[in-house]
Amino acid sequence: MITILKPGLLTTVQDSGRYGYQKYGVVAGGVMDQFAHVIANILVGNEKNSPVLEITMVGPVIKFDQDTVIAICGADLSPAVNGKKIGNWRPVLIKKGSELIFGNCQTGCRAYLAAAGGFKIPEVMDSKSTYLRAGIGGFQGRALKKGDKLFLEASSELSNHLMQSFLKKGSSDGFVMTHWRIYWETFYQKSSCIRVMKGRQYHLFKRRSQEYFFRDLFTVTTASDRMGYRLQGPILELNGQKEMISEAVSFGTIQVPADGNPILLLADRQTTGGYPKIGEVASVDLPTLAQVRPGDSLSFKEITCEDAQLLLIEREKRIELLRKEILLKFS
Amino acid sequence: MTYVLHPMGDHAVVIEIGSKIESSAIQTIQEITNYLDETPPKWMIEYIPAFTTVTIVYDPIIAYKQSHQHSLPIDFIKLQLHEILSNLTRNKSMTERIIEIPVCYGEEYGPDIETVAEVNGLSVDEVIELHSSANYLVYMIGFSPGFPYLGGMSERIATPRRKTPRLTIPARSVGIAGMQTGIYPIDTPGGWQLIGRTPIKLFQPEKEQPSLLRAGDTVIFKPISKKQFENWEI
Repeated sequence: MITILKPGLLTTVQDSGRYGYQKYGVVAGGVMDQFAHVIANILVGNEKNSPVLEITMVGPVIKFDQDTVIAICGADLSPAVNGKKIGNWRPVLIKKGSELIFGNCQTGCRAYLAAAGGFKIPEVMDSKSTYLRAGIGGFQGRALKKGDKLFLEASSELSNHLMQSFLKKGSSDGFVMTHWRIYWETFYQKSSCIRVMKGRQYHLFKRRSQEYFFRDLFTVTTASDRMGYRLQGPILELNGQKEMISEAVSFGTIQVPADGNPILLLADRQTTGGYPKIGEVASVDLPTLAQVRPGDSLSFKEITCEDAQLLLIEREKRIELLRKEILLKFS
Repeated sequence: MTYVLHPMGDHAVVIEIGSKIESSAIQTIQEITNYLDETPPKWMIEYIPAFTTVTIVYDPIIAYKQSHQHSLPIDFIKLQLHEILSNLTRNKSMTERIIEIPVCYGEEYGPDIETVAEVNGLSVDEVIELHSSANYLVYMIGFSPGFPYLGGMSERIATPRRKTPRLTIPARSVGIAGMQTGIYPIDTPGGWQLIGRTPIKLFQPEKEQPSLLRAGDTVIFKPISKKQFENWEI
């Protein structure tokens, strides 16, 4: 069991999302950074889709009421146990009674904490993700609060093995961690250059707006959350007005309302929308987007659907390789 | 059936059926989604129906594996969809569902019913009569969980949205916005003119089908008294 002593800015339980219910208008939700989520789970011997804590910019204070193997991936929020910094992107054994504290947000925006076994959370519509707006899923349908206690499922054989090897090492600091870590850097885009496919209504935009879109910088405004980033940059205009019929939107859809400022739709996006779509972010670059903070700038570079899929297949192969390497290290 | 396939990003394809909102498109969409419900392809994550489209969300990695790593996911998916859509048999006996929704019009539940009456030069009773005597077709569910887009409202009670949207519209409110009428399943901000409220739940997350209504359903509103509303047993 773990106890939340301080909740941080926004800490929620998330898995890979609630699929199969968008036809009923239910948002898919789930983690913002799917790569960090999967890797954190692999590192503690969990199933890839196990629920994790998504921690936003200001981290919580967590007390561990039992020896627990965890991994923190994604943003570096300076996690420390009993005053000593612990590393991200690797398995860490936290000893019973220790407190995990987060400090300054060094890089990124969202950290993912996986615990061996996975958090014990009831499923709502086949998912353990928190859907804040409807108050369902996750931990009682809400962000974590002071005093919340989260239980863990029984850990896998692999997790137990990992725990034993850590316990053999021993430590007086209240934690034990590996020296190695995942070399995550190559999975994210540097300089926040996001690869984007042309959207369904790209051709309806003025030639000049099309040029600006793939050339200029867009700033992520403070009116941004898990639902979407509101961007500020050159105004994007349509060639005349066209009445759009609402249709589905996606994680990574860039839509442009009448004021010409694009909105990038993210995990908690609504299921359908009626604004013209100028672009669709390549799936491989969604983790980079998840780690962008309000005030940061983005640029968009064109990619074809075919190339975006090749990159995705390539990434999947690399994740599979990583998984095998980690298995070898554990055994 | 005529349709066009458009990739939407690298993990979705839009099946476009026509470019106008009409009941024949809704019927075709239902035929497609019925097939997908009965025979969901392995590579499909889910589908999202709308007025003139069905968007198929797929897993590019599963598609790649299913093609034995021979073709790009998008090519494989397009081929598969063409096959599905060309073999889709016209379903003669589509089961039509008619769903009656009790509504307590006016009172504190419908604070804008007088505005709707005034704008259209009608009495409140005439508004209720017009709203509750039509058959409505559920075009699609979207915007928020279980929210139905309904077609078929009388033009005589069409009313523009409120200038200033309300910060919270209580769940189960029935409203009018322009030519549309709808029911809010959960508390949501919004600018619709509220004319009443139903005692029944449109969104039930604990149920296998969490939305009471489905695209293609026919909806009828039945006026009930305030007393009936308050004593309604769900």
